[in-house]
Amino acid sequence: MSIIVSKENLSDSVVRMDILAPEIAMKRKAGQFVILKVNEQGERIPLTIVDSDGEKGTVAIIFQIVGKTTALMAGLKVGDDIQDVQGPLGNPTEIENIGHVVCIGGGVGVGVIYPITKGLKEAGNRVTSIIGARTKSLIILEEEMKEASNELIVTTDDGSYGIHGFVSNVLQKIIDGGEKIDRVYAIGPVPMMKVIANLTRPYGIKTIVSLNAIMVDATGMCGACRVSVGGKTKFTCVDGPEFDGHEVDFDLLTSRLRMYCEQEGQSYERHRCGWQGN
Amino acid sequence: MNDTETKPKKEKIPRQAMPEQEPGERVKNFNEVPCGYPPETAILEAKRCIQCKKPGCVEGCPVDVRIPEFIKQIAEGDFLGAARTLKETNCLPAVCGRVCPQEDQCEKTCILGKKGEPVAIGRLERFAADYEREQDAVTIPAVAKPNGKKVAVVGAGPSGLTIAGDLVKLGYDITVFEALHKAGGVLIYGIPEFRLPKAIVEAEVDYLKQLGVKVVTNAVIGRLKTIDELFAEGYDAVYIAVGAGAPVFMGIPGENISGIYSANEYLTRSNLMKAYRFPEYDTPIVRGKNVAVVGGGNVAMDSVRTALRLGADNAYIIYRRSEVEMPARKEEVHHAKEEGVQFLLLTNPVEYLGSKEGWVTGVKCIQMELGEPDASGRRSPVPMPGSEFVIDVDTVVVAVGTMANPIVSSTTPGLQTNKRGYIITKGESGETTRRGVYAGGDIVTGSATVILAMGAGRKAAQAIHQALSGGA
Repeated sequence: MSIIVSKENLSDSVVRMDILAPEIAMKRKAGQFVILKVNEQGERIPLTIVDSDGEKGTVAIIFQIVGKTTALMAGLKVGDDIQDVQGPLGNPTEIENIGHVVCIGGGVGVGVIYPITKGLKEAGNRVTSIIGARTKSLIILEEEMKEASNELIVTTDDGSYGIHGFVSNVLQKIIDGGEKIDRVYAIGPVPMMKVIANLTRPYGIKTIVSLNAIMVDATGMCGACRVSVGGKTKFTCVDGPEFDGHEVDFDLLTSRLRMYCEQEGQSYERHRCGWQGN
Repeated sequence: MNDTETKPKKEKIPRQAMPEQEPGERVKNFNEVPCGYPPETAILEAKRCIQCKKPGCVEGCPVDVRIPEFIKQIAEGDFLGAARTLKETNCLPAVCGRVCPQEDQCEKTCILGKKGEPVAIGRLERFAADYEREQDAVTIPAVAKPNGKKVAVVGAGPSGLTIAGDLVKLGYDITVFEALHKAGGVLIYGIPEFRLPKAIVEAEVDYLKQLGVKVVTNAVIGRLKTIDELFAEGYDAVYIAVGAGAPVFMGIPGENISGIYSANEYLTRSNLMKAYRFPEYDTPIVRGKNVAVVGGGNVAMDSVRTALRLGADNAYIIYRRSEVEMPARKEEVHHAKEEGVQFLLLTNPVEYLGSKEGWVTGVKCIQMELGEPDASGRRSPVPMPGSEFVIDVDTVVVAVGTMANPIVSSTTPGLQTNKRGYIITKGESGETTRRGVYAGGDIVTGSATVILAMGAGRKAAQAIHQALSGGA
């Protein structure tokens, strides 16, 4: 069991929590994730470890309320506990000094790109970051990203904050400006990652994406999270979660992510109608 | 003294059938299929045992259960005594009584089987273990004084639980690290409720905890900590029993289409996550109407019978050889047939077809015929050109086997594996190429049975005890 030691609403639908998990906090590296199971009836969901504090023994997670489990978690208070926390899982990001790196985060994906950005800057890279969301209230971790980057550009789809447009527009501008980019990291909704990968492909800029496939055990046992990368089947949990964006079959990922749409809706509806915790 | 009883009189008692749920009824629920012997039937069956001086049954048992002794106790009405006898050599009798392939082990070597039907040893084992638990009469035997030695067990499946039970009784400080949130391994995530109720597994794990075994769940060794770090924490030996948990897919076109599961995923959702009780439990599972399960082993039978219980109108087994070659237990195949499973034998999938939305709609299969015997000694299936046909399905479960999960071996320097990723051990002791590291169960042998994994745990317990009590 892991106790929630702090909780903060980053926006209307995005929550940050620090949970007590000392062994994971000591061990985890950027790019890794945990599996959480809230209670006895709960499902196992993967969430990226956004940050950790070795001294306090905590790991930070950020999630958007999208269904029953995340809604249930958003209803938990400081001092409540999460029944099961398993990790750290997945391969850490390969952090090395490669030169000029562009880190792109979309929506709640900013929570995932943040530890990678921080690690890349600490490794000596020049980091340009682009974060975006639909609207101003959904922009998260702006301060943290600013600190973790040499330069930060913010976009909103509706123009309510920062640059009016998509993160991909900004990336295109940087490329058009002739500035050399050695690598792009892009993490966010699948359509965003697909657009970025398609954008960088003709320029031959290596682009790493982090995939959010459906998982159950997350140790390579079930294959729920299988994706097609370069025509080969890979398990996101043990072979990823990061892959070469130019090789990923994003359409297959999109289709597999919809596998339980109906049940997820049913479960969420039931939760909202007051069947909480059951 | 029962010397006056004569053999012919004993043989008159036929092997006692075990009552079970009617097929039409049981496909609508996940309750256990066989209901167990009532006490009077158990006594009757136990009286069939002729108490051989040199019992063949014990030789057939990988953990050397003192079979004639516990059966005699049942015959005499000492059911609790029988349970205790069982537990001296087998810490999971209620499990083994249900899932062991007795027909290939103890019952195969039972002398009565030479002329007629062997004693129903498995059913009697189950009866005694169930009786003790249901009477709330489980007693915790005295264990040896702590000897100051610590042993880490990686994996809380049958092999890990067995070694934990054996070593804790000898005074070792035992910690079992389990990757999932619940102990039991395949007994929890793999074998369905209707064949092995989870409450029984939980009770057997609780028994081990009461003996003093510590179980740490959510601990993925290789990620959370490595084997080397366990030694640094002061463990004197490590036993690796992580199973052969990685699913095998066939690598045919369309295998990643939505609606196609590995058996591991399908069963884990249903059993570990209780998706069959969705939405009361949060984990969903596809309740297919036309479900094809590919494979002919016990896991395939478990999957196809699960599909029926989840409401399938048509549940198919697609198997590339004929029924004779099927690796599943006869009892499982029999139960599946009774429940209405349709067997498509000498048939092999070659491609999955999907809808525009990416959901599976069909399995393209090819007819097979049996050719020359292959390495396994079974006649090898050969495709018949031009015999392709399509079966309409909305769900597929691929149950063609499992392979080694490299998560522990790849993070343990000096631990040698064979080319298929299974850990290399020296004979039965389970010693690996790393000093102090032992391994057993499916991660050594490839996927086998619960009882063989338990047998490996038993033997490694003896080897570890010898190494730690002698040399050190």
